[in-house]
Amino acid sequence: MEKLIEIDRLTKVFTMGSIFSRVRITAVDNVSFYIKPAEIFALAGESGCGKSTTAKIILGFEEATSGVVIHKGKVGQGVSRKVWLTEGIQAIFQDPFKTFNPLRTVDSYFFETLDNYGLAKTKDAAIHLIDEKLAAVGLSYEEFAARYPSEFSGGQLQRISIARALLTNPDLLIADEPVSMVDASLRMSIVNLFKELKETLGVSVLYITHDLATAYYVSDRIAIMFRGNIVEMGPVERVLVDPKHPYTRLLRESIPEPDPQRRWEGAVKLSDADHEEYLKQGCRFAGRCPLVMDICRRVVPAEIWIDDVLVKCHKYTEEMGVPAPALVDAGQEEG
Amino acid sequence: MNTILRTQDLKAFYVLDMHGTQKVVQAVNGVDLDIRENEVYGIAGESGCGKTTLLKALYGAIEPPLRLMGGSVLYRLPDGEVDVYSLSAEEKRRLRWEFISYVPQGAMSVFNPVLKLKETYRDFISSHVNVKTRDQALEIAKEHIVELGLPLEILEAYPHQLSGGMRQRVTIALATLLKPSVIIADEPTTALDVVVQRGVVQLLKAIQARLANTIILVTHDMGVQANLADRVGIMYAGKIVEESTTDKIFGQPGHPYTRYLIESLPRFGDKATRESVPGSPPSLANLPSGCPFHPRCPVAIDICTAEMPPFFAMASDHRVACWLAREGGSHAAGCSDTAGGRGAAGS
Amino acid sequence: MKAIRDLFRDYRFALSFLVLCALLILALVSMFAPDDPTLWGTAPRDLKPSRTYPLGTNSKGQDLFWQATFAVRNSLIISVIAGVVSRIIAVLIGMIAGYKGGMTDRVLMFFCDSLLVIPLFLIIVMLAMLVRDRMNLVNLGLLLAFFGWAWDARVIRSQILSLREREFTQTAVLSGTDTLRLVLKEYLPFATPLVFSTLINNMAWAIGMEITLAILGLVNMDIPTLGTMLQWAITYQAMLLGYWSWLLTPIVLAVLLFVALYWLSTSISEYLDPRTRVQRVGA
Repeated sequence: MEKLIEIDRLTKVFTMGSIFSRVRITAVDNVSFYIKPAEIFALAGESGCGKSTTAKIILGFEEATSGVVIHKGKVGQGVSRKVWLTEGIQAIFQDPFKTFNPLRTVDSYFFETLDNYGLAKTKDAAIHLIDEKLAAVGLSYEEFAARYPSEFSGGQLQRISIARALLTNPDLLIADEPVSMVDASLRMSIVNLFKELKETLGVSVLYITHDLATAYYVSDRIAIMFRGNIVEMGPVERVLVDPKHPYTRLLRESIPEPDPQRRWEGAVKLSDADHEEYLKQGCRFAGRCPLVMDICRRVVPAEIWIDDVLVKCHKYTEEMGVPAPALVDAGQEEG
Repeated sequence: MNTILRTQDLKAFYVLDMHGTQKVVQAVNGVDLDIRENEVYGIAGESGCGKTTLLKALYGAIEPPLRLMGGSVLYRLPDGEVDVYSLSAEEKRRLRWEFISYVPQGAMSVFNPVLKLKETYRDFISSHVNVKTRDQALEIAKEHIVELGLPLEILEAYPHQLSGGMRQRVTIALATLLKPSVIIADEPTTALDVVVQRGVVQLLKAIQARLANTIILVTHDMGVQANLADRVGIMYAGKIVEESTTDKIFGQPGHPYTRYLIESLPRFGDKATRESVPGSPPSLANLPSGCPFHPRCPVAIDICTAEMPPFFAMASDHRVACWLAREGGSHAAGCSDTAGGRGAAGS
Repeated sequence: MKAIRDLFRDYRFALSFLVLCALLILALVSMFAPDDPTLWGTAPRDLKPSRTYPLGTNSKGQDLFWQATFAVRNSLIISVIAGVVSRIIAVLIGMIAGYKGGMTDRVLMFFCDSLLVIPLFLIIVMLAMLVRDRMNLVNLGLLLAFFGWAWDARVIRSQILSLREREFTQTAVLSGTDTLRLVLKEYLPFATPLVFSTLINNMAWAIGMEITLAILGLVNMDIPTLGTMLQWAITYQAMLLGYWSWLLTPIVLAVLLFVALYWLSTSISEYLDPRTRVQRVGA
């Protein structure tokens, strides 16, 4: 099986505002990508770019406006998705303390999961299975039993969250910003865990993050999202070491390196009001792009493949000598 | 360079009483700082190390359940050294914002959501500076905004209309309006995106360069420390365990914790496996004996469990609170050797 | 239990618990009353407090002490029925509306809001006038219950609405939990302090309402309750004639009851509040 899960032209439009001024924000705009078995795929971008919304749609917590999710050949539509989704796909979330109900013991979730899916017949079998999964994340049953979430640290809770997700033996783990709330020095342990799970259990991970450094470290392929569009996608070595899209370059350069010899040069231009960028015609990055051309403001760029990297930028259309993209705006001529 | 703020063996604990049981959280457990004029001093530490409490203490904001258990916080004002806890409430109020300025975590939410920004600025200025009319106050605000390279239009906006990064920068602008000599910033870039973070850091740099004042920057993000700080103090379990110039901290870290911290950060171009610090930080209510890092330290020796190490000087501007630094030696059997030493007993 | 011991450290709980115990004992003592409290003339009339009659007697010829015991008993019965029944309705409706959303929510809230905007007092007075003859303790309790659930249903619904957005809801869904179990297991613990404190407030409201209806003469005046005792005292000119015990008895008992209920509710709901509970857990 080449593609474990495929997202095809997924779109989600939110309408905000009152009767008098409705604003339509296309939070996820024709997003397409696929993930192979035993692969770590990073979906990276700044906050508000639509990556979390994409995750919610895959998990069935939100309805897509259009587009489909294809998991192991089955096309997902409607509520029944939740059933097969939660057996093949699991998720972990950003804030480990919010992932669990503070008034319940953590192990109660484990027993409940096993019970709901009929994975263990007796209590002993259940404990055995739980212990196995806890061992996979570096914890043991004794230090975990009958405890409340507040008794653990953030890093430990996040690992417990992963163990819970592993209970149903998923083939895809969706990790939504799993380390942003964990201390910098402990992030490696969580992220290393993903690597291990991929190598030993063959689990694929959709790693959603805004931290490009860990994305580089752990993932195989990466897609960079900006205001609902995927602007660049490909093997992580190509995309992050030699970025093509101006936005990727900007992101790459803005990452603070923990090395005082390599400080930032030059000032950066920031957007003043985020939601305005969603409403632009043409390329959404045109307002801030250092390489902006006239066409960028009028026409949405097409997606071009250069070797195995996908780029959505007018610069590459011209250089590659590919004809200019089809017009998306009504009634305009391209010269 | 002259000292502008120093602390001597500062101790501040939270004393909590919940339904009859008492809990003492030793958040700041004997901190000696010597912060100079015209520098950016970074305090690096992770959640649960006490850095926010330290900032509160520096700012003079110790209130129950937090109690000052010992030591002093001395500011060098133009007319001599003053212990911030010897001041009256009114004196403290004047000291803040004019001499010291505090940018708390999540500062983006300090603005009154129903007032336009210019109102907040005007109120602020009129309460601290003698201006004859409200318009004069507005002029001062406008000047400052332009100086910092921010667009004038934002004064006409409501807080919710601005992006998170812009709000953070506007908060910093407000905090620096009266040209304070000391700016204390608590995790100013934490909730922000990478590009916005860069903008905020550059703003702070610009302010520091223009006013030639002091910035005390607290953040766990070592990348930001590398980019902004001149000197860095590493904080662990309520104490500063290492302090030096940024170059030395990153280039020749002395304390095992610092080494782990730096080596665990991923870098581009290198996908080799990195390890994070084993175990978890100790609870400040229940500190281990001796050196608080010993349960996780790969090179701990016997004395580490018994006594808290004092500072040893590795160089004239580099001090480390570690018994292994006593010999003036570099423990080349460093942190990457997790198999050696005492091993790490995680909690 | 540890919880009870912790609660006793709070002076409000301790005092209110004692007062309520005392009142309950008083109510239970009514079982030993020598005469039927609805009968008139079982004792000499208009006597001031003495050794034989510790609280004196009223103009109907009843021993005020035994009247008081029945009054406390009956008022408590009314308020407990009113409180418990209205809680059950409020919780059911609030939870279903909150979790389901959509049309179910809209329909339920329509009924809820109607009850909220109707001038309750007038409707209760009107209904009380209609069923005056058949107004006994249980009926009064149920009548008050029917009107007492609306506010708290809305409050519980808001609580559920906010809990629905919390991430642990997603974790439970991913664990395969179905809707009903989700609401009961995950949300109910958060709603408990709310339910408990509103229960007690509702009980206090019911007692107050009963007293009001009694003063208006809309309940069965022969059944002794705190309200009817007060009403008879007013009718027979207690203040003019100087029979303080007639007035003070129901007033003091009512005040004690209200304060005790209030303190009980505050201390328990503070104890059960998820925020303080989390602090205590594993500390």
